[in-house]
Formats: sequence, structure tokens, C-alpha cells
Amino acid sequence: MIATHLPILQVVVPLIAAPLSVFCRRGTVAWALSFIVSIVALVISIALLVQVLDQGVLSYELGNWAAPWGIEYRVDAANAIVLLLISGISTVVLPYARTSIAHEVEANNQTLFYTCYLLCFTGLLGMVITGDAFNAFVFLEVSSLSTYVLVAMGAKRDRRALTAAYTYLVMGTLGATFFVIGVGLLYMMTGTLNIADLAQKIPEIGANRTLVVAFAFIVTGLGLKLALFPMHLWLPNAYAFAPSAVTVFLAATATKAALYLLLRFMFTVFGTGFPTFGPALTYMLLPLAVIAMFAASTVAIFQVDIKRMLAYSSVAQVGYMVLGLSFATVTGLTSTVLHLFNHALMKGALFMALGAVVMRFGDATMDTMRGLGRTMPWTMAAFVTGGLSLIGMPLTVGFISKWYLVVAALESDLWLIAVLVLASSLLAVIYIWRVVEVAYLEDPPVEVTAGEAPLTLLIPTWVLIGANIYFGIDASLTTRVAEEAARVLLGTAS
Amino acid sequence: MTAATALALSLLIPFAGSILIAVTGKNPNLRESVTLATAVLLFADVLWLLNAASSPEPAPALMIGEVMPGLTLALEIEPLGMMFGLIASGLWIVNSIYSIGYMRANFEHKQTRFYICFAIAICSAVGVAFAANMFTLFIFYEVLTISTYPLVAHKETPEARQGGRTYMGVLIGTSIGLQMVAIIWTWVATGTLDFTKGGIISGKVAESIVPVLLALYVFGIGKAALMPFHRWLPAAMVAPTPVSALLHAVAVVKAGVFTVMKVVIYIFGIDYLSATGASNWLIWVAAFTLLAASIIAMTKDNLKARLAYSTVSQLSYVTLGGALANSMGVIGGSMQIAMHAMGKITLFFCAGAIYTATHKTEISDMDGLGRLMPFTYGAFLIGALSVIGLPPMGGAWSKFYLILGAADAGQFIIIGVLMLSSLLNVAYLLPIVGRGFFMNSAVGITAHEQSQSAVADAPPGNINYGINEAPMFCLVPLCLTAAGCIVLFIYADALYQLLESIAG
Repeated sequence: MIATHLPILQVVVPLIAAPLSVFCRRGTVAWALSFIVSIVALVISIALLVQVLDQGVLSYELGNWAAPWGIEYRVDAANAIVLLLISGISTVVLPYARTSIAHEVEANNQTLFYTCYLLCFTGLLGMVITGDAFNAFVFLEVSSLSTYVLVAMGAKRDRRALTAAYTYLVMGTLGATFFVIGVGLLYMMTGTLNIADLAQKIPEIGANRTLVVAFAFIVTGLGLKLALFPMHLWLPNAYAFAPSAVTVFLAATATKAALYLLLRFMFTVFGTGFPTFGPALTYMLLPLAVIAMFAASTVAIFQVDIKRMLAYSSVAQVGYMVLGLSFATVTGLTSTVLHLFNHALMKGALFMALGAVVMRFGDATMDTMRGLGRTMPWTMAAFVTGGLSLIGMPLTVGFISKWYLVVAALESDLWLIAVLVLASSLLAVIYIWRVVEVAYLEDPPVEVTAGEAPLTLLIPTWVLIGANIYFGIDASLTTRVAEEAARVLLGTAS
Repeated sequence: MTAATALALSLLIPFAGSILIAVTGKNPNLRESVTLATAVLLFADVLWLLNAASSPEPAPALMIGEVMPGLTLALEIEPLGMMFGLIASGLWIVNSIYSIGYMRANFEHKQTRFYICFAIAICSAVGVAFAANMFTLFIFYEVLTISTYPLVAHKETPEARQGGRTYMGVLIGTSIGLQMVAIIWTWVATGTLDFTKGGIISGKVAESIVPVLLALYVFGIGKAALMPFHRWLPAAMVAPTPVSALLHAVAVVKAGVFTVMKVVIYIFGIDYLSATGASNWLIWVAAFTLLAASIIAMTKDNLKARLAYSTVSQLSYVTLGGALANSMGVIGGSMQIAMHAMGKITLFFCAGAIYTATHKTEISDMDGLGRLMPFTYGAFLIGALSVIGLPPMGGAWSKFYLILGAADAGQFIIIGVLMLSSLLNVAYLLPIVGRGFFMNSAVGITAHEQSQSAVADAPPGNINYGINEAPMFCLVPLCLTAAGCIVLFIYADALYQLLESIAG
């Protein structure tokens, strides 16, 4: 019985828990509530993925209102894996957050922190699971608004978190507004907001100026949300100044959910047959992706704050994901979905390792990292492993992503692109190795007494590192789901 | 024990060894015992595999798992890999003994890290040797790069860091920027990466661009130190000498040229290459590297730098053998892997022994040292003769077969190049020995700090010229490998038999 209601429970459980956690007097209780909710969500998302792989697309009608009129939740391979990713990351982040947040956020704000966290969690899950364009906007805003608050809570450590959150608010609102304008135009032309229904009606209308404008608004709006170069300016500061646990969660999930929406709208709603689809890929997304790979990685090399460095690296990694989708082939989309998943694992692990450093030293600059190989051996070992994954070393998930991306480029006969992908990953070698050198080949300053991070931080970090290695050695599950997702998006599912 | 178990053990033994070394790090004697025991066990295991591989049953193979659909981690024994595995694991024993003497006598810091990384490096070298497909080989190739970085940067001085940067930069840069492109290209074009006799490229890639693919491979395999990607090898000389000896004369560089050989034989196929002439350009690049590196070696006064450039030059012999793409060339090139390994490790051991006993690194300071260290200099002479390629040293055979290969290919200029290169080798290696034995040192040579003051006090002309060798732990290994150079000359036939089947 309950199995049929899993799609709605995925969203409703955290949604209800969010206001409940306001009533928790102490942060710990709110944390426990969030953690339980997160585990439940993880179990649901695993069940959903299993069902999808078993039976294909799941459709759930809210309140039994039939699909084109009522809101439909629609789960297929493409969003099932993103749901799993979001709830999985959340379940790993929360144990970490407890110690980290207790350290970085004012005591009287901690209950509110978990409320916002749960809202953000709900929003991300909602925008991924929904099969309704406007509903997607609603959840996008739910997650965004709560994210602004979460970022601003970094103000205890560094007041610049406030301006970072404000910038993010302005930019994020612009993005969301663009998105909703696009959705409005679609509604104007087709009279429907259901994604599956839109996908049918749009080809019937064919080439039409309003639809083209809608396409432009949606792609640009989502481009802003997923930090596509050059619309990434909000991201580095937001990641750098947010509390560590928030950075981990955002880096691993927020841009990924936005990327999923972009995939969904471009491939399912408009489809590869849409008139401006091809040109948008060739003249906009592909060049921007390549520029992002190089420009953002180059900027990352010169960062002093390691959190900012990784934030710029994220912008570059978004470039790889967008590059994969710009090929519009099964292998290309497979590489995008794979990297979406894999990048969450590596960036999550890296930001967690940095969070441990921030907790011990108050910041994570190049200077702080001196000699950490000796004083925080486990944290730094995690950082190095995560860094190797980011570079794309074999036996890590980063290698799997790079492999598929290059295969996709070669299959499309884009030789130069294939070489550029690998060349740009050499920039990652530089910015990661800069840190490794300082951490392992310099002696810690004499006055340093801080030791290894507590286990509550180390264990979640190493869980993610373990995932990096596990899915790097046996990628059969991730590649299978990613390929299935690619087929669903291209409409060639078996 | 089944062959698959033995193959698994060949990776598990050094890996488990590295963990045990980490655990026993607090107790140096126990830690070094673990290193030695691991090395001996590994060598025994590889010998067992050699025995299993020579029986008529199908070659031992082990499938570890499938990473991505169609791409498997798998091990398999074939003659070339068997030879490389034997060299790497056998010399590890000798080198471990030497490391103990060297690292303790020079009071090196962080020795536990040193031994851990060494074990992992050997583990990956064995993985490279036994890899059944290019994908597996590439993985171990990269692990080898990463695990040797801490060894190169071991001293943590600014020079060590700079050396480490060059090392990482060139090796990672070429492997990701070129080699990975080549591998994925092969995969997209042929749908397989398995090492197959006769190659997999034939008919799958347009003939006109096969040379490009070959170039991506051979330059992408930065460890083969083909010019212009040879800079990492001299840079790696900042490492302690045992690292230079085993890794940068044997395991790492030989992993590079071994990979070149594997690619030539099992990816392209020598018949295909000689039929299309796709590797002709490589003959000239290898010949250029061979001569240029020898000439640079003559200009170096630092002993290790000179040996490093000598290695760059000698590695090109192997690449040259592959590029000739005929059976004699391949046999000569493969033999060179073994012969040069034995000769060069001896030379590096001697360089380290000289440094340990006298703290001298520049050749011009080493006048007259031969009389103080007769065993070391004797071994150096034997190693040098082997590297030059004079009988009765093993190196003679590989040069012999390479010249046969060049003659078979009708490349008579190359024969001239090989001759000239041997002369250059004489010119930069033998003077070191000559200076050691025949020149008078201007200042008294001292070894240990306590005797230094005694000599300073002694009046000129009355200097103690007694034998003053490095510790036994350093001295015995270098005598062993020097003897090995002669043994390889006598038993080269066994090696020829082993390699014959790959060239057939």
C-alpha cells in the first residue's frame, strides 16, 4: 500500500518535519529529527530507484487529480539517481553537521538552522521529483530561499557570509525569475504545465518565436542556478563563507538539482527536435563549458582560500557536465549524469575535509594548510584522495567521469574537445598539488597545538571517500543507471 | 596454490607489506625485517609464477573485476611481463638491503614513509608487468607515478620540491594529456583494450593516422623518457640514491619502456607496424634521444645527473628496438630492459656508496677514491662495461641483438648510431673509474666525521689511504648486482628462449 505513495512521501516527510523542528528547543533535538527524516528519505529514494529500474517510469497523481490538470510526480531513471544522490549526501552530511554546526553557528540559531536545512532538502527533492513545470519553480524557490539563510549563517565565522548570501539572493532570484518567465510563456502557448504533456504539445506547435524565447529564458535561468560560466559569480563566495556543512551539502546537491532541471527541460520538454536546440548547444553551451573548464580552473590555481579554490573548481566541473550534455548523444548524457553523481561524491568529500580544517583553525588558507599532513593525517589523506579523484586518477570516480566524457567526445568526432578535456584536468593537478606540497612538505608552525579532527567529522568524510573509491573500482551500477537516464532523456529508452 | 592465487598474491604481498611497514614504523629493525621478508616472499611468488608459466597449460590469468562495461581489471602472465616482474621483484630484495645501509648511514628522516611508498611502488610495478590489458596497465602506471612522488620529494628541501613538481608535472601531464587520449581512442575504434598477439589496431584505424596514434602512446608514456619528455628523470635525482637505483634505473623507467614494448607488440603488432612503416619516424626520434642524451651526460659533473642522462639514452635503445618492429629488434629491446636494469642499478648503488662514505657528489671531486673504495669502484667498472655493452657483461647481448634488428630492417645508419653511442658511453663512464684509480687526490679523502679531523691534522704526504668502504649493507648489494651483470652474459640464452615466443 505504502509503496504506491513513495513518490509523495519522498517530499512530504521532510516538508512536515521542517516546521516541526522549529518547536524543538535544542539544536540537538532538531538535528536528531533531521537525521531521522534524512534516513527515511534515503530509504524511500533507494526503494524508488529499485522500482524504476524494475518497472520503468513511476507516475503519482497528487490528490488523485488526473495528470495534465493535477500535479504529477514522475520518477524515472534520470531523477531517481538525483533523488538518491540528494538524500544520500544529506544522510552523510548530517552527522558531520552536528559537530561542525555546533562550532560554527550561534547556539540560539541552531534549531532554525535545521529548519532551513530541512526546507532546502525538501525543495531540492521536490524540484527533482516533480513532473510539473510550475511545481518545479515552487520547489526551486523553496530550496533557494532556505539556502540564502543557510549561507548567511556563516556570519559567526566570517561576516562576509552576509554579503555572499545577499549576492546569491539577488542572482538566484534573477535565475528563478527567468525560469518562471519561461514557464509562463510555455503555459501561454500550450495551456499546460505538465512536463510530459508539454513534451507532446511543443512539437505540434513547431517553430514559434514565443517558444524560442521561453527556451532562452529557461536555459539562461537554470544556467544561473547551476553556475554555468559566466553566470557563476555568486558561487565562490557563497561556498567559501557558508558554514562548512552547508558548503558540503550545496556543492554536492544544489547545482546538481538545477542541472537535472536543465536536462529535463532541454531534452524532455523541448526535445532535440526543437529548432533552437542544436544552435544553443553548439554556439552557447559547448563553448561556455569549455571556457568554464579552463577559466575557472585557472582562477582556482591562484586562490589563497582553499574553500574558494574548490568553489572555482566546482564551476569548472559544471563545465564538464554541461559539455557532456552538449553532445546530445547517449554517451554524452551518460557522462553528464555520471559526473553529476561522481562530482557530488568528490566535492562533498573535499569540502568535508576542509570543514575539519576550518573547525580546528578557523579558516582554510594556504597558510593554514602548512604541515597538516603531520598534524591532521587522516583529514589530509582524505583531501589527497578526493583531490586525486578530482584530477581523474584511475580507481576513483573522477576517472570514470573523464573516461566517459572523452569517449563521448571521440564518438562525436570532436577530437579537439577530447584533448581539451584532458588538458584542463591538468590544471586540477596544479591546484590540488599546490595544497599537497604545503601540507606534506612543510613543517607545521611551531605554535600549532590542534590535532586531528574529531571522529564525527572524520567518519562521514571517509564514508564519501570510500564511495569515491568504491564507485571508481566498480562503476557497473552508476554507469547502468546513468545510461538508462540518458536513454530516458533522449526518449530512446527500451 | 593455483596460478590465479599466485597472481593475486603478487599484488597482495607488497600491498600487505606496505601496511605492515606502517604498523611497525615505530621499531626500525622490525620495519626493515618486514620490508625484506615482503621482498623475498614476492620474489618467491614471481618465481613460482615463472614455473607455472613455463608449463604447457594456458598462461596464468586472473580477472579482478569489471570497472566499466567491457573494461576489466585483469592480470595475465606473458613472457615480457614475466621478465619485467622478475627484474622488479628480484632487485627489490637487493635494493632493500642497500636501502637499510644507505638510509641509516645518512640519517634520512621519515624512513617509514619511504619504505611504505617503496612497497606500493613495487606493487604497482608488478601490476604493470602482469596487466592483461591496456586499461589495467594504465591504472597501475598512474599508481606508480603517485606512489613515487613522496620518494622523489623525500628530502623536502626547495630543490626536492622543485624536482617533485617536474616529476609529477611531466609524468601526469603526458599520461593524462596524451596516453589517455590514445587509450580511449583505441577503445572507441576497436572496442577492446586486451593485449592480443598480433595487435588489435589492424583495419580498425585508418592507416594514415596510425603514426599519430603511435605518437600519442609513446610520448604519452612519459616514463620511457623519450625526448622532449625526459626532463623528469634528471629532476628525480634529488631523491635518496636507493630510489634512483631501483625506481629510476629499474622499476619506473622500465615500466615506461616496457609499456612501449607492450603497446608495440600487443596493441599495434610488429607485423602491422613493419608492413605499414608507421613506426619509422620513431626510429629517428629514439636515435636522436639516444645520442643527444649521451652527449648531455658527458657535460654533467654531478655523478647522479650523468647516470640519469645515461639512463635516458639507454631507455631509447628499448624504444628503438620496438620501433624497428622486427623480431630481433623486439628481442634486443626487451633484453635491454633486463641488462640495463642490472648494470644501471650497480652504477647507482656505487654512486650512493661513494656518497655515503665520502659525501661527494661531483665527479671532479672523486679523484683517487678508487684506492679507498676498491670494491665499489670494481663494481662500478663492471656495471659501466655492461652499460657500454662489452663482453663478458650482459649488456653486450642486448646491443648485439639490436644491431641485428637494425640490420634486418635495413637501417644501416642506425647501426652507426648504436656504435657511436657505445663510444660515447665509454667516454662518459670510464673516466669516472680512471679518475678513481689513477688520479691522485689533492686533498686527503675522509669518510666518517671522526676521521676527518685526524686527516686534517696529518701532514701532507702522510695521508691514511687505507680501505674506507661504505657500510656492508651498501657494499654487499652492489657486489651482488655487479656479479649479476656477468651472470646475465653467461645465461642470456635462457632470457632469449623466454622472449623468443613474443617476437615469433
